[in-house]
Amino acid sequence: MSLLEIKNLHASVDGHEILRGVNLRVNPGEVHSIMGPNGSGKSTLAQVLSRHETYNVTAGEILFNGKDLLAMKPEEAACEGVFMAFQYPVEIPGIGNTYFLRSALNAIRKYRGQDEMDAMDFLPMFREKLKLLEMDEKLMNRSLNEGFSGGEKKRNEILQMAVLEPNLAILDETDSGLDIDALRIVANGVNAMRSPQRSFIVVTHYQRLLNYIVPDFVHVLVDGRIVRSGGPELALELEEKGYGSMDLAAQGAAQA
Amino acid sequence: MTPAAQAQIQRLDTYLDGFAEFQKLAPGHDLPWLRALRENAFARFCQVGFPTTHDEDWRFTNISSIAETPFRLSRDVLRLSRGDLQPWRMEAAACQLVFVNGRFSEELSSLQNLPAGIRVRSLARQLEENPKEVQAHLGAYLDIQRDAFSALNTAFAADGAYIHIRRGTVAPAPIHLLFISAGNDAPLMTHPRNLIVAEEESQAAIIEDYVSLAGGEAAAALCNTATELVVRDGAVLSHYLIEREDTRAFNVSTLRIQQGRSTNVASHSLLLGGAIVRNNVHPVLAGEGGECLINGLFIGSGRQHLDNYMYVEHASPHCGSRQFYNGILDGHAHGVFHGRIIVHKDAQKTDAKQTNRNLLLSDDAQIDTKPQLEIYADDVKCTHGATIGQIEEEALFYLRSRGIDEVAARKLLLLAFASECLERMKEEPARAFAEKLINGCLLEVSKPREAAAPPRRADSGRRWEEVG
Repeated sequence: MSLLEIKNLHASVDGHEILRGVNLRVNPGEVHSIMGPNGSGKSTLAQVLSRHETYNVTAGEILFNGKDLLAMKPEEAACEGVFMAFQYPVEIPGIGNTYFLRSALNAIRKYRGQDEMDAMDFLPMFREKLKLLEMDEKLMNRSLNEGFSGGEKKRNEILQMAVLEPNLAILDETDSGLDIDALRIVANGVNAMRSPQRSFIVVTHYQRLLNYIVPDFVHVLVDGRIVRSGGPELALELEEKGYGSMDLAAQGAAQA
Repeated sequence: MTPAAQAQIQRLDTYLDGFAEFQKLAPGHDLPWLRALRENAFARFCQVGFPTTHDEDWRFTNISSIAETPFRLSRDVLRLSRGDLQPWRMEAAACQLVFVNGRFSEELSSLQNLPAGIRVRSLARQLEENPKEVQAHLGAYLDIQRDAFSALNTAFAADGAYIHIRRGTVAPAPIHLLFISAGNDAPLMTHPRNLIVAEEESQAAIIEDYVSLAGGEAAAALCNTATELVVRDGAVLSHYLIEREDTRAFNVSTLRIQQGRSTNVASHSLLLGGAIVRNNVHPVLAGEGGECLINGLFIGSGRQHLDNYMYVEHASPHCGSRQFYNGILDGHAHGVFHGRIIVHKDAQKTDAKQTNRNLLLSDDAQIDTKPQLEIYADDVKCTHGATIGQIEEEALFYLRSRGIDEVAARKLLLLAFASECLERMKEEPARAFAEKLINGCLLEVSKPREAAAPPRRADSGRRWEEVG
């Protein structure tokens, strides 16, 4: 059984239809990249998967591990194993990073019928993950993302992913605004997490990230539909020819 | 005479009878100076009566339900056991003074663990045994001309805490003053009066804690309390007010702080309970180089009305005051923050700051926030700002997307907002105590909103910021 199955997904926000029939199947262990120009619906797709309420699903269905993902609240999706690394992680003053992350982990463990993890068990594991992301522990004593640089925020997203160990991780333009060192650290974190049980959806505008996180499949999203799918070579083709060539393909697909 | 005026006089009559009887029996009734103090205060109260919303200082707070209730003084001494007090104990306190319906209870209090140099006792006993020591201070600072409730308190001042901290003495842990309002068939009023004198270079933290004893059918009670806090040169003092009476109680608290040279005072207010609460904080920075932190958090739900009236007087040069008040309001609760700063002519180099931040959790919750700056000196820095907002939906979503359920996520965000106030409480036992109370209270207002309501966008609705 596939981990994620999206069938004919239509979604709109404020009455504007953004996704117009997306179909996608992700099997365990696969890394899929979704590429597309601005406004093509990449982020909308990621937000719908993480159950953001702003987006109104008008048609279609999403099965996650065979369960109806669209019937889940955001916290239920998270507990079922969906993780979203946000493009713009919010800053929340007054909530400590470490406290937040342990609360999240314990909420998920509780949902799965596992014992809660106390600080003594949590810390050694947490320190390992910090090392993986080359993050300073001092940063974790601060409030959630507060005063973090862009790169620190993105690394913090991947750190959270490493602690929460999801089955499906969605990376929404995690590469945007990263310098090459930060990009490499983030990619290393992601690659260390790759396993036959864990799948990734990497949403990106540029091919650059895919040099570091090599996908199994690349899909091109234009105007709310996947207009082409292929292997990693498709990303290189896009880099060379641009999305313009895909628009034609999109029209072709629409006419067909 | 109009019927309204007649009714007003009738109501004052009940106070008149009460006062005549009180003057005969009250502690220190044979002291001429105290008689005069009470009589003057009562005359002032009769002259002005209860304030109305026509009064600028009471514009947002209608206290007609207090004015119309025939409150009387408590006569009988209520017997409580130590077990009854268990829910309100503060384990980390250096000592605990307990007052039941305004009267000191020796058997319920624990006065061990106090270092030499700190005297904590009942004001009534002090007035009977050694009134000379308090004569110079009692009533010397509280402004009975400006405030009718202060006048009423002074008229009926009988008991409360008297705390004297000797020069250079440092209190190891907070001093806990617990005021219990115990139910009765008739509406009771109490007028606790506290006097705290911190001599030069001393240091202490004092917690005034107002609670109600669970009484299902008991009538509403009025607790009208006043504290005079005298802080001598170089002393460091923290004062905490915790209001957690039941939601039918009326509470008016007035804290009058007299600060000497190079003093450092913090006033922390935590308003969680009460039907109508008025929290007056009135520091006078009378010596050079004094610092005053005025920190508060009010959390209201149902039909609670929580009014915070700050009156910060800068009377000397080089003083600093910082006001930070955060409000969380749910249901039909109504909050008020009135931040008045007065900089007198000679108070050059004053640095006064005021910030009031509010979260409204429902469409019917309301906040009135009003800065009022009166500056008579020409070399000062005064800033004020207020914000009103809702829980940020994006932050809520972020927490939920990590597996934290909606109620827990709301509670986390509210606690984060409240933490701004908690972090300013530097005495750890007091801070932990406050945090526990806040946690219990936030659970109430963290319930998920109705699903029918459209999700609010972070940038929509009533959300503004003003910094002047």
